[in-house]
Amino acid sequence: MAAKTLTINGRQISAAEGSTVLKAAEEAGVEIPSLCHLDGVYDVGACRLCLVEVKGASRLLPACTTVISEGMEVQTGTERLIKYRRMTLELLFAERNHVCSVCVADGHCELQTLAYSLGMDHVRFDYLFPKWDVDNTHSLFGMDHNRCILCTRCVRVCWHIEGAGTKNVSGRGGQSKIITDLNAAWGKSDSCTSCGKCVQSCPTGALFYKGSTVGEMVRDRSKLEFIVNAREKKLWVYQD
Amino acid sequence: MAHRIIIDPVTRIEGHAKISIHMNDDGSVVDAEFHVVEFRGFEKFCEGRPLSEMPGITPRICGICPVSHLLASAKAGDDILAVQIPTPSDKLRRLMNLGQIIQSHALSFFHLSAPDFLGGWDTPPEQRNVFGLAARHPELARAGIRLRQFGQEVIEVLGGRKIHPAWAVPGGVRNCLTTDGQKRLKAWIPEAFATTQLALNLFKDILEKNSSELLLFGNFPSLFMGLVGPDGEWEHHGGKLRFKDSQGKIIADQLDPRRYAEWICEASNPNSYLKSPYFHRLGIEAGMYRVGPLARLNVCDSMGMPKADAELRQFKQLGVGAVTSSFLYHHARLIEILAAVEFIQAYLDDPDVFSNRLRADAGINNLHGVGASEAPRGTLFHDYTVDEDGILQKVNMIIATGQNNLAMNQTVKQIASHYLHGKEIPEPMLNRIEHGIRCYDPCLSCSTHAIGQMPLRIELLGPMGQVLNEVTRG
Repeated sequence: MAAKTLTINGRQISAAEGSTVLKAAEEAGVEIPSLCHLDGVYDVGACRLCLVEVKGASRLLPACTTVISEGMEVQTGTERLIKYRRMTLELLFAERNHVCSVCVADGHCELQTLAYSLGMDHVRFDYLFPKWDVDNTHSLFGMDHNRCILCTRCVRVCWHIEGAGTKNVSGRGGQSKIITDLNAAWGKSDSCTSCGKCVQSCPTGALFYKGSTVGEMVRDRSKLEFIVNAREKKLWVYQD
Repeated sequence: MAHRIIIDPVTRIEGHAKISIHMNDDGSVVDAEFHVVEFRGFEKFCEGRPLSEMPGITPRICGICPVSHLLASAKAGDDILAVQIPTPSDKLRRLMNLGQIIQSHALSFFHLSAPDFLGGWDTPPEQRNVFGLAARHPELARAGIRLRQFGQEVIEVLGGRKIHPAWAVPGGVRNCLTTDGQKRLKAWIPEAFATTQLALNLFKDILEKNSSELLLFGNFPSLFMGLVGPDGEWEHHGGKLRFKDSQGKIIADQLDPRRYAEWICEASNPNSYLKSPYFHRLGIEAGMYRVGPLARLNVCDSMGMPKADAELRQFKQLGVGAVTSSFLYHHARLIEILAAVEFIQAYLDDPDVFSNRLRADAGINNLHGVGASEAPRGTLFHDYTVDEDGILQKVNMIIATGQNNLAMNQTVKQIASHYLHGKEIPEPMLNRIEHGIRCYDPCLSCSTHAIGQMPLRIELLGPMGQVLNEVTRG
């Protein structure tokens, strides 16, 4: 496969043709924060946290869905980007009810980790305090919409790794909601195979093993990676 | 002219409160009220949450006794899962509760109350605190602070953190004691015994000098309620309810705490967010009961540990039938600390506390469950109703401080009637009234599930409710 040469933060790197900026950066050891990206499933550019500056582009571009090109000049940590990332993160917190101290994912949450790493010590926007339910109808898993950031990882693993197509998105904008089947209670879903891939994929405490208490939800993403590698690369071993 | 005195906010207690004293034209006290003026609404916003999260959410009511809420909540969860938790879990929960009792009682005794009776009632307010105590009795203050640390370390060793450990769960607990933890806690035991004994000796010495406090600080007949074991022994986490009257007569015994609503009624008061529970059968006047260390020692027949039993026998001599002075809550606290240290010492050598059989797994098998446990301040009830999926539909919490509400009102009235004559509010009187409340070590954050700082205001009100005098401390 042909390689493309580009610069990230002024450093010249090369990556395989067709790679995304996110992938190329990762290979070069440059960290770009993201929440909706998940290894093994396609990217949708939903969370907008991986926005980067590309010379010549009139707007900021999501690194996860932007394919590299020859001579591309990418900046990942400018003041402008940090300002927007922080704002995006604050808006995510303001949009639903994220209460880390009593959350099942406390200490193992990607949203929380990102907030710490970006130094988010307060939220400048008014919290919306929307009223969302908890779907606890499934015998093994629960879904708390209060903690959902609509990254759609669960939808993608359900459709493209498990192939069940149980998880979907309904509604628009802030009213968007992850649903099972045609908005049935999860426990009543005909299509759900109870595989738990959605639970493994969730970056926050929105999806959890039933009965979990504070900080108990620790995810094991290696299972997802294993399935994808086994299927696509015929690699039948766990990768460390 | 008649008037009313209001103390707002009350200091050196957990939470935010005020006191109103109603005066007659001749300057005598007609009535006194203790108000809790803040509201938090935990019972409401827990609705809609999964049962499994409740032991994580409810401890956030309070930073002093989070473990009490944790354990009562987990027990209500056990009831809803309809499981009997594994024996090691029960022992571990008890171990943590004992740590909680030590740290909370040590805080109440050494940090909040001792500055009054060891420092002197009439010392200037700026010296009447733990720093003043440290200046006069440096060794005692240091030992008291360290005793509290021991209690907190018990909690930390088991739950991973001193405050708000999400460790107990419906069905059991998350982890057992490690040998490192055992070693760490064992090292504390001799010092904990020594400090408790030192404080007990000191307190007994000052009792003579404080005979008027003994007579005036909430010394009146009332019922007493607490959990006791099957043979009437002191309980702090299991057992059944017992009510005793001030003659020491058992008026109800071995009541299933899950059926608390059959014995306890709650009256609301328009002046306070704190409800007033009473023993249903006797009505609100005769049914007034006290909970907490004094009540637990009054209702039990033995402590179940030799050192504490010896102290209990002496303690019971301080009353006829029952010990009725609320000033002796302090004494009772020390005896409970002693018992707690003895029990902890025993649990640390029990092989069960190292077991990994800790968590009974079950679905939602009851739609209603109650958990009762003895918090440092008295019996705590968590009462949950869930739907088929374990989502909370209704939450009721009966908090120790609330159950002492009627007794606290009466205590304030008793002290004010004695010390207050006319419109003036001399500072030492203010402090004595506050101390009447402090005897109960009330936790107002818990009792209204309310939040707040702890300053004090007293208001003096006339018969028409007009404010005639006011003293504020902040």
